[in-house]
Amino acid sequence: MKLQRKNRLRATALGVIAVSSALALTACGSDNNSGGTTGGTGGTTSGAPSNVKCDGAKGQVLASGSSAQKNAMDLWVKNYMAACKDAQINYKSSSSGEGIVAFTQGTVAFAGSDSPLKPEQVADSKKVCTGGQGINLPMVGGPIAIGFHVEGVDSLVLDAPSLAKIFSGKITKWNDEAIAKLNPGAKLPDLAIQAFHRSEDSGTTENLTKYLSATAKADWTYAPAKKWAAPGGQAASGSAGVAAQVKQTNGAIGYFELSYASSQSIKTVDINTGASAPVKASSANASTAIAAAKIAGTGKDLSLKLDYATKADNAYPIVLVTYEVACDKGNKAATLPAVKSFLSYAASADGQKLLTDASYAPIPSEINAKVVETINSLQ
Amino acid sequence: MASSIATDTPPPPAPAPAARRNQSTGRAGDKIFLGLSRGSGIFLLVVMAAIAIFLSIRAGIAISEDQGNFLTTFDWNPAGSPPAFGIAVLLFGTVVSSVIAMAIAVPIAVGIALFISHYAPRKLAAPLAYVVDLLAAVPSIVYGIWGALFLVPYLGGLNEWLDSYLGWTVLFEKTEVGVARSIFTVGILLAIMILPIVTSVSREVFLQVPRMNEEAALALGATRWEVIRLSVLPFGRSGVISASMLGLGRALGETMAVATVLSPSYVLSLHLLNPGGGTFAQNIAAKFDEANQLGRDALIASGLVLFVLTLLVNGAARMIIARRKEYSGANA
Repeated sequence: MKLQRKNRLRATALGVIAVSSALALTACGSDNNSGGTTGGTGGTTSGAPSNVKCDGAKGQVLASGSSAQKNAMDLWVKNYMAACKDAQINYKSSSSGEGIVAFTQGTVAFAGSDSPLKPEQVADSKKVCTGGQGINLPMVGGPIAIGFHVEGVDSLVLDAPSLAKIFSGKITKWNDEAIAKLNPGAKLPDLAIQAFHRSEDSGTTENLTKYLSATAKADWTYAPAKKWAAPGGQAASGSAGVAAQVKQTNGAIGYFELSYASSQSIKTVDINTGASAPVKASSANASTAIAAAKIAGTGKDLSLKLDYATKADNAYPIVLVTYEVACDKGNKAATLPAVKSFLSYAASADGQKLLTDASYAPIPSEINAKVVETINSLQ
Repeated sequence: MASSIATDTPPPPAPAPAARRNQSTGRAGDKIFLGLSRGSGIFLLVVMAAIAIFLSIRAGIAISEDQGNFLTTFDWNPAGSPPAFGIAVLLFGTVVSSVIAMAIAVPIAVGIALFISHYAPRKLAAPLAYVVDLLAAVPSIVYGIWGALFLVPYLGGLNEWLDSYLGWTVLFEKTEVGVARSIFTVGILLAIMILPIVTSVSREVFLQVPRMNEEAALALGATRWEVIRLSVLPFGRSGVISASMLGLGRALGETMAVATVLSPSYVLSLHLLNPGGGTFAQNIAAKFDEANQLGRDALIASGLVLFVLTLLVNGAARMIIARRKEYSGANA
């Protein structure tokens, strides 16, 4: 009996050791991960909720969609709910596809999406928007940074054709002539390029490939899509996953939202667009590029057509614009006041100012004015 | 803990005459209990049937709209026009990674189980068994993170070694650059993950070897190894097979750890060290979020294939066990 008890005691002790070491292990893991999130939400402290107009907003608003705008949503929701105690905004960050499905099934009041509604999705939306249809409101812009990790190389300039060749596996070494020509004076090593892309379907992939196929048609022969189409390369899950791989692999290159690059101090590629100097990935430069966009939507729909081939100075061309999708007419009466006042806050000068802190890009004022106007007219 | 189970095994129940089963004693309690247990049985069947019907219908829709060949297409693009997707790469990756896991885990697990049950001093055996069981309590995402952050960077050396000395086997030839986020690494990770279940079930079986058999072997002058070879292993064989099948079941269906470690692609490659490949569960986890209606149906169809695969594996295990019934633990 005594012996058994002793054994059990020892077993428990050993168990405790094992558990604590397992905990230490998880701690390491989450440590590395939290780099991505803390950086993204770094702007939480800024911006007191001063100019939020509640307008009698009440009740719970469900929304869901793109994870690319999650950090912006978090900031807005936090400030908005601090000002309007009666309203509750619940944004579930999942994916654009899921958000749009939820919207067309009528389970959420608005959806976040990385790309505007497709015609068949607009048709679906007519079922839930009585007398109206789903419209796209550009709300959050952001640069897609091309992050690289080559020991001994601190800055790198690439252009659209060389990017297309790298990501499609036609350029395989860092000291390739095409790269060397764009980077006179840089010491490029004889190292294999490891290109990383997203393993799951993603709006970020779609926007990058839109850019590549618009500007380097000869070298990027794949149709822009959420699914990575080029052969070869390696895949990782989520922007955080790609960033983590680039961070730890010498010779790596990958693409993700700028916040992941700044939070993990990953170096980003400057793009040679044909402007007077290569353009850095930054919020301001992305806003400049978005300003060149034209509104492609008709009626109240404000979907944008980006000018990827822009040669304007300081215009960073690889950008993504995420939309909020709501009904122009036929929004649910119970949640309409809250939706309107929340979206108005997000589109307001205060709301847009928060974006820069979170490594997003504000929507340029000309387009933003139309967004505000449209939000006010929602029914 | 383990020894108490071994010594307390109840005597085999006397075979009840078939007639007695349906005989009612007329008491209310009996009737209620009969009703409840029968109801539970029927409920289970109804739930299973409902799931099976739902899955088959959705899978049927997906396969009928698939413009590629569901079995041989090397791509997964249900959102494309035309939609084309196939399970060839996933089936290959699932089977190969599980086979690697089994090849590594089963011998080690049997070794640990034998050590705990027959070699280790009592003081060491109990804590060791406990630690092995503890491995099973670690959530799979933690294994995934550990694999991605620790195992993958440190496997680079092993990969190079395998490539240069065993490269001629094709299997271990690394033709693409990239860190070890490969099917082979997944196999190693899965091996660690299935180790506890295979070990603990094997250990229980080894502990149930009748004392008489072992003593008989000893009386014939057998050494300890010979005792194990003559009495323990034959007795425990079917148990080890079922343990392996339990482990295989986990390896086939493992999701998060694989999704975290693997660099997925839809290229079917015999070079196990190259990054790429995929498994059913990993593909479902990766693709479900952004999938449209057809995409989800397609994933359900692939899930159904995994279900059938697991069913076949279990069936095969049962056949092996049934054939070796004379050694089965139940007859001890």
